Amino acid sequence: MEQFKFDYPQAKRPVSNKAHVGVVGSGDMEILMEPSKDGAAQVTVLTSVNGFGASWKAVLDRFFASYEGAVRVHINDAGATPGNVMLRLQQAVEVIEK
Amino acid sequence: MNDTNFIPASVLRRSFIELEARARAQSLLDAGTARELVGPFERMESPWLPAQGIAPQSDDGCIVLKGTISAKPVVVIALEGAFQAGSMGEVSGAKMTAALDLAARDSANGTNTAAVLLLETGGVRLQEANLGLAAIAEVIASVLGLRQYAPVISVIAGTVGCFGGMALVAGVSSYVLMTREARLGLNGAEVIEQESGIEEFDSSDRALIWAIDGGEQRVGMGVADELIDDDAQKIAASVRRYVEAGPPRIHRSDQVDLYSQRIAALDVSKQFDPVMLRDSWSNTRKKGGAA
Repeated sequence: MEQFKFDYPQAKRPVSNKAHVGVVGSGDMEILMEPSKDGAAQVTVLTSVNGFGASWKAVLDRFFASYEGAVRVHINDAGATPGNVMLRLQQAVEVIEK
Repeated sequence: MNDTNFIPASVLRRSFIELEARARAQSLLDAGTARELVGPFERMESPWLPAQGIAPQSDDGCIVLKGTISAKPVVVIALEGAFQAGSMGEVSGAKMTAALDLAARDSANGTNTAAVLLLETGGVRLQEANLGLAAIAEVIASVLGLRQYAPVISVIAGTVGCFGGMALVAGVSSYVLMTREARLGLNGAEVIEQESGIEEFDSSDRALIWAIDGGEQRVGMGVADELIDDDAQKIAASVRRYVEAGPPRIHRSDQVDLYSQRIAALDVSKQFDPVMLRDSWSNTRKKGGAA
């Protein structure tokens, strides 16, 4: 199991909602997305699958290249693929921006 | 076949099985009444899974929604089969027990509060061992405490099914609803094969497994009350009926003499098959857990 933490200080548009999507089932993950306390986005990842730190960083960098919400994100992961991670992030945004 | 506008009902229906546990629970409650207790943002996660290299889930796979069904107070407790096979650990067990005990307390104070259990579970979470066993014992005690006031309705939709200690929870429920896809059994097929050999039970023989554990057989034997279609609307309607009916006059698990006689009457000198068992038990079948 591995843990990662990423900061995205440029994402600072305030958000007021929360979103919870996904299940920690095989090949899937859950996202908890809520307003950040210090006004900038931060992500913590807890994953059962070791050795994919660079992939996590690449997917999250790409996501926060276009999303500017100041969200605190926590991910519990059971082996979601990068494509799946991106879809779950977009689903969480859909809920939080509703 | 020439009519391209024909869409069969099986396609149009909203599948219950395909819903996640939280959405299943929401689909049963009166619109706009659902309120989640100890939701995911409370982060009541299993402390034991990460210690074993397994990612936990923020609700520990147990979702508790309070609301109403037919304007009657109900708590729906749904197990998420996709997370660790819906297994019961320290946290998920504590959530289920606390919810049942609160419903019993409200009922004792004059507000009868039914419970609906959505059981998709392999039973005890092996990573939490004795804590899981203790949790299930507590859940059973809490079901027995509540069912004297208000019905405890177990729904087993699939595809995980309901096994191990949680099959006992289904057993002490007031009513059990199952789909054809669902299975209910104390020991799962793989466990039986592992412990007693493939001659005893071939866990790759799906027809055999469903003939013994499947919803049609369990309802046919009278150990479950209603065979339901995998349709969210129909399942909500069935659950509503049992909430409105209140607890049965006699619970199935109180009919000890009836079941002792049935088991004593079985001729174990020859192999009996599921259909024969269903036929012989259905004669004295008591609908709805009640005499």
